[in-house]
Amino acid sequence: MSALLEVSDLSVEFRSRAGTVHVLDRIALSVARGETLAVVGESGSGKSVAAFSIMGILDDAARIPNGRVDFGGMDLLKAKRRELDEVRGREMAMIFQSPRTALNPIRKVGHQIEDVLRRHGPVARGDAKRRAIEALEQVRIPDPGRRYDAYPFELSGGLCQRVMIAIALCCKPRLLIADEPTTGLDVTTQATIMDLLAELGRETGLATLLITHDLALASQYADRIAVMHAGQVVETAPTASLFAAPRHPYTAGLMGATPTSTTALDALESVPGRIPPLNADLPVCRFAERCSRRVAECDDPGPRFDADAQAPDHYFACRRPL
Amino acid sequence: MAGLATIAKRLLEALPTLFGVILVTFVLTRALPGDPAVYYAGPAADAESIAQVRHAMGLDRSLPVQFASYVKGLAAGDWGVSLSTGRDVTEELGRRLPASLELTLLGLLIAIVVAIPLGVLAATRPNSLVDHICRIIVTTGVSMPVFFTGLLLVYVFYYQLGWAPAPLGRLDFMYIAPDRVTGLYLVDSLIAGDFEVFRASLAHIFLPALTLGIFALAPIARMTRAAMLDVLSSDYIRTARASGLAMRTVLFTYALRNALLSVLTTLGMVFSFLLGANVLVEKVFSWPGIGSFAIDALVASDYAAVQGFVLAMALLFVTLNLTIDLLYAVIDPRIRAAN
Repeated sequence: MSALLEVSDLSVEFRSRAGTVHVLDRIALSVARGETLAVVGESGSGKSVAAFSIMGILDDAARIPNGRVDFGGMDLLKAKRRELDEVRGREMAMIFQSPRTALNPIRKVGHQIEDVLRRHGPVARGDAKRRAIEALEQVRIPDPGRRYDAYPFELSGGLCQRVMIAIALCCKPRLLIADEPTTGLDVTTQATIMDLLAELGRETGLATLLITHDLALASQYADRIAVMHAGQVVETAPTASLFAAPRHPYTAGLMGATPTSTTALDALESVPGRIPPLNADLPVCRFAERCSRRVAECDDPGPRFDADAQAPDHYFACRRPL
Repeated sequence: MAGLATIAKRLLEALPTLFGVILVTFVLTRALPGDPAVYYAGPAADAESIAQVRHAMGLDRSLPVQFASYVKGLAAGDWGVSLSTGRDVTEELGRRLPASLELTLLGLLIAIVVAIPLGVLAATRPNSLVDHICRIIVTTGVSMPVFFTGLLLVYVFYYQLGWAPAPLGRLDFMYIAPDRVTGLYLVDSLIAGDFEVFRASLAHIFLPALTLGIFALAPIARMTRAAMLDVLSSDYIRTARASGLAMRTVLFTYALRNALLSVLTTLGMVFSFLLGANVLVEKVFSWPGIGSFAIDALVASDYAAVQGFVLAMALLFVTLNLTIDLLYAVIDPRIRAAN
């Protein structure tokens, strides 16, 4: 299966007053056509930074010392802004957390969709409006003709996220990056938004990079899962394989901390410690400080990624795996 | 119509403010040192003739009575007579206000045309050359007093280079003022189709307007830069960039329109500063506006004229604030909805 998006060896640093912050450490991710990859990790693990560097919307203070982001044969990190703008919004699109602030507050949502449509193709005037309404209809917004004229403040959070999805999908991209798309929405809305994304993904053969801190959500919607910790990808595997036998202690810890319908709340365990400060000198394995299985060879330099002998496509970065 | 109802409501709300202004100016003019009766009776007058003048002017009545008759006059559109010129205050103000307004508006226009692009450029390239130039201009603009800028411009462009006409009013004596429609010479001369007068009045107004413009530039540029920086780091700009929208669309349709909301607030403030700065600029350029009129009236204890001036200013502010509120509603749908 050829990958649509292939991130390899990607590091990102931020220069700040407190020194250089090493936010991403040589991460690798790949998304195949039509596949949903979930990137899971706690806050500060670098999930969103990974997404932002793929989209080329990192903060000005960010620097990418090494890495490659290959999207359909194009190296996005080397692309000029003009070339990137041809791809963004048309070939790949992104939706964000807090949809209310992610929409322009003083522009009609219909016009915001039209802006993207017009940017990425010759669209006749009257046609733009029709297609914008279609895009609203596609994301199951009731009464799309009327909502076209609505401003974001007139819509609920769930509707705003639907509008975001409409903006993202109106040019029929091949890849959608969804950065915590359900954060800040109530639980029932979360489920409908996720179902909508899954459904649209199936309909259009869309590949999705789903970024979430919610392992349960990831297990429900993703084909594969990549687990991140402190800017490193620690394990990546097909969802079933990962849940059947997590190999990295952090993945196992996350699973122990995730409530399911059959576990009692008391039985939940938390991962001890916290993400180490990323502006200090960091050990080879950034989880080592929190790990109960740490041995001397954990600190040896050199490659740490290993493939699971039993399960195909299951990789982990641990010298003493479970 | 919602717009008209809003305007009417806002005007009604302004009435108590205006009454307060009228009352305070009335009391303040009376509290100032100087006795108009003595002033107008002349240096040779004795006590009896002063008392006569005072009686004739109605100044021997009690303050509440004087105030009541003043307010009654105002309600009927009678702002009183300027004692120093002998004309109705409304007539004096009507003649001079357009001169001041034309100057102030052109100054503001110059400031906006320079400051907003400058602020946008500075915000899109922080710490670049443009940003530093912006900072220098802003600092210079705020630290130079207007009369100094005015004198400097006169010295350079009139005295040294001879590019500008003498700083003596709105037009040279050889031109005849255009027929009055708006009272603004630039507009009226265009309406009359008289381009020669237009050119002449533009030449006269340019330096004083530039003086005001330089003064007003600083706060507008600074606010534009700050507001743009703020908006450019917002979530919806990130969305716009992630959608591949063209730089132009992101900057102008998305960022600038949002930033203008804060800039508009500043514009209102700057306009009121300008009206204050006007007084000095009018003196430097012998501009026949209401600023110089007010100073003369104040020196002469010309009560009706001073009161009329302050009231005119208050009305101007009310109109200005209303205009800005209406503009907010044009830009921001959330405010439209709240109305």
